Amino acid sequence: MSTLTMNNLQKKYPNGFVAVPGLDLHIDDGEFLVLVGPSGCGKSTVLRMVAGLEDISGGDLLIDDTRVNDKGPQERDIAMVFQSYALYPNMTVEGNIAFAMKLRKTDKGQIKQKVAEVAELLELTQVLDRKPGQLSGGQRQRVAMGRAIVREPKLFLMDEPLSNLDAKLRVQTRAEIAKLQRRLGVTTMYVTHDQVEAMTMGDRVAVLRRGVLMQCAAPSTLYESPDNLFVAQFIGSPSMNVVRGVVRSAGEEGIVLEVAGQSLALTGAAAQRMAGLAKYGGQEIAVGIRPEALGGDGEGQITVAVDLVEMLGSEKLVHASIDAVAVRAIDTGVEIGTGTSSTMIASLDPRRDVRVGERLTLSVDTMRVHAFDLQTGAAIGRS
Amino acid sequence: MTTTADIPLIATPTAAKDETPVMTKVANYTNKGMGKYIVWAIAALWTVPTLGLLISSFRPEDDIKTTGWWTWFTEPGNVTIDNYTTVLQDKVAGRPFSEFFWNTLQIAIPGAIIPISVAALAAYALSWMHFKGRDTLSVFIVALMVVPLQMCLIPLLRYLFAASWFPNALSGTPSIWIAHSIFAMPLAIFLLKNFIGALPSEVIEAARVDGASHMSIFVKIVLPLSVPAIASLAIFQFLWVWNDLLVAKVFGGGAANQPMTYALVDMVGNKGNEWQLLTAGAFITMIVPLIVFLSLQRYFVRGLLAGSVKG
Repeated sequence: MSTLTMNNLQKKYPNGFVAVPGLDLHIDDGEFLVLVGPSGCGKSTVLRMVAGLEDISGGDLLIDDTRVNDKGPQERDIAMVFQSYALYPNMTVEGNIAFAMKLRKTDKGQIKQKVAEVAELLELTQVLDRKPGQLSGGQRQRVAMGRAIVREPKLFLMDEPLSNLDAKLRVQTRAEIAKLQRRLGVTTMYVTHDQVEAMTMGDRVAVLRRGVLMQCAAPSTLYESPDNLFVAQFIGSPSMNVVRGVVRSAGEEGIVLEVAGQSLALTGAAAQRMAGLAKYGGQEIAVGIRPEALGGDGEGQITVAVDLVEMLGSEKLVHASIDAVAVRAIDTGVEIGTGTSSTMIASLDPRRDVRVGERLTLSVDTMRVHAFDLQTGAAIGRS
Repeated sequence: MTTTADIPLIATPTAAKDETPVMTKVANYTNKGMGKYIVWAIAALWTVPTLGLLISSFRPEDDIKTTGWWTWFTEPGNVTIDNYTTVLQDKVAGRPFSEFFWNTLQIAIPGAIIPISVAALAAYALSWMHFKGRDTLSVFIVALMVVPLQMCLIPLLRYLFAASWFPNALSGTPSIWIAHSIFAMPLAIFLLKNFIGALPSEVIEAARVDGASHMSIFVKIVLPLSVPAIASLAIFQFLWVWNDLLVAKVFGGGAANQPMTYALVDMVGNKGNEWQLLTAGAFITMIVPLIVFLSLQRYFVRGLLAGSVKG
């Protein structure tokens, strides 16, 4: 049982490339933290620094309040599951799982007992004497997990352990790993580029962009109140619709936004949670609305032209054009689209009749409207 | 040759698909049509001299000296092992031929094991241990391959083996081992580094996280996975040392430490017209490499393949 703390953790490469400019993150005892971000955001680099496979250029890495910057991976008492599983191809499943314990010269009877327990837990008992080459993808993944949990390490590190599985198995294994982690209660750091994995598995999710922590919070917090445009658009699928709008008025009685030439009035609680907009009177901002905040119950209204309807069974996704410019978070900041119109996606009741080409008036849940600064991308909230 | 699919080197599902048995494709191709006959013809042509040597070595002295080896087929009953018994009892430089056979074994086995062990360790270090100047060192070692062996003979002999500080205990056969090891090193390190360096880095990293030291990683993971490369290199090195005359003659000292090749050369000089003995002697020198090759050819084929196919 352990904690992990990063104080201003840095990674600079000899060629001058800064992968991680300075990361502060703390993982509590028994917590499942997911590190998520687009490819190249430095999440794997952070994980490898924690594992000791990558040198740390600056800052402190603490496991249980002990600085481990200069300790090798073998001295940190961590277990890691690799994306490719990295099983030892020359050893049997049993040999793979027992490898770390054999290195520690654990008593033979004890090894056998532990391996049997883990094999039982992961349903590997039947394949203990097989080589990795004779296993299916799912079995290999479980062997990799078994190799990690058998040691009862201080820390689990997982580097996209599900990305080599097919979609169905991935969903199943996702739940199994989350369940296993909760049962074992081992502090875990999990890296993925898949925001669905991040949302479903983590106690907390840390979103990374170019090595910078954008937000670290519980999945629901990330979803409901993202700190910035990047997190807002990265979390959620389909992602949040964000277009340019203008703050027409902001005062005691409420806020009026103008989006695509249409007024969107926020009153009462909806206005209070966006009180920070008072400073933006008359200025342009980015307005964000999630697909499912469109077309349900809501006080606001917005009219769009339907381009495409996707029937998914549980919901109906309507792609519609709106006369407002799209705003997108990119690697370096905020990008404002060109042209005069953009596409919005609304998630509607599947029974609602929508035809391509019609002009559709969608209700807007004003409690779920987000506003972002056009320059910094920061969310505009209460203050 | 579907044996190549037995041991997947990377435990990923994608790698499993990469194990396309290339040798099967080659075999399929050569088994069809003309290819098959051409391959057989080449193989036969290549084997004829060896076959002639083998047959001659069993023919009586008079037959060898009067008729060609192929006439044996007309009277196949006419065989003898006299040539072998004579050669084995024969004295070269006052020593029985069989003693040279043992000398060769004593030279060739350590002469293959020592350089490959050292080269495997070096290849691991140059691939997986991080230290300053690693890449420069690798390039430097590989560059040494351009230095011809013959050029080093005199300097090595004068400044190393014949120098006053060189321990006496290492003169003779050990000198030959050391010399062979030195000469084999650049190529052996180059080949093994290519193979060991191409092992999946995640497997090595997983072992480090599991708590393995460099030595355990080398012994428990890298060595077993490198068997194909090591086996093919071992065959090359063994054959080279087995057939060597020059290095042994320069560094070995007197006839007591000399290999069979030395005895054969001596026989050619002194018994130039006793053909029947030469054929038997030559065949005795060939028999061990043949056994080594045939017993390790399984790895040999796989080893050659290992460089070309992923994994």
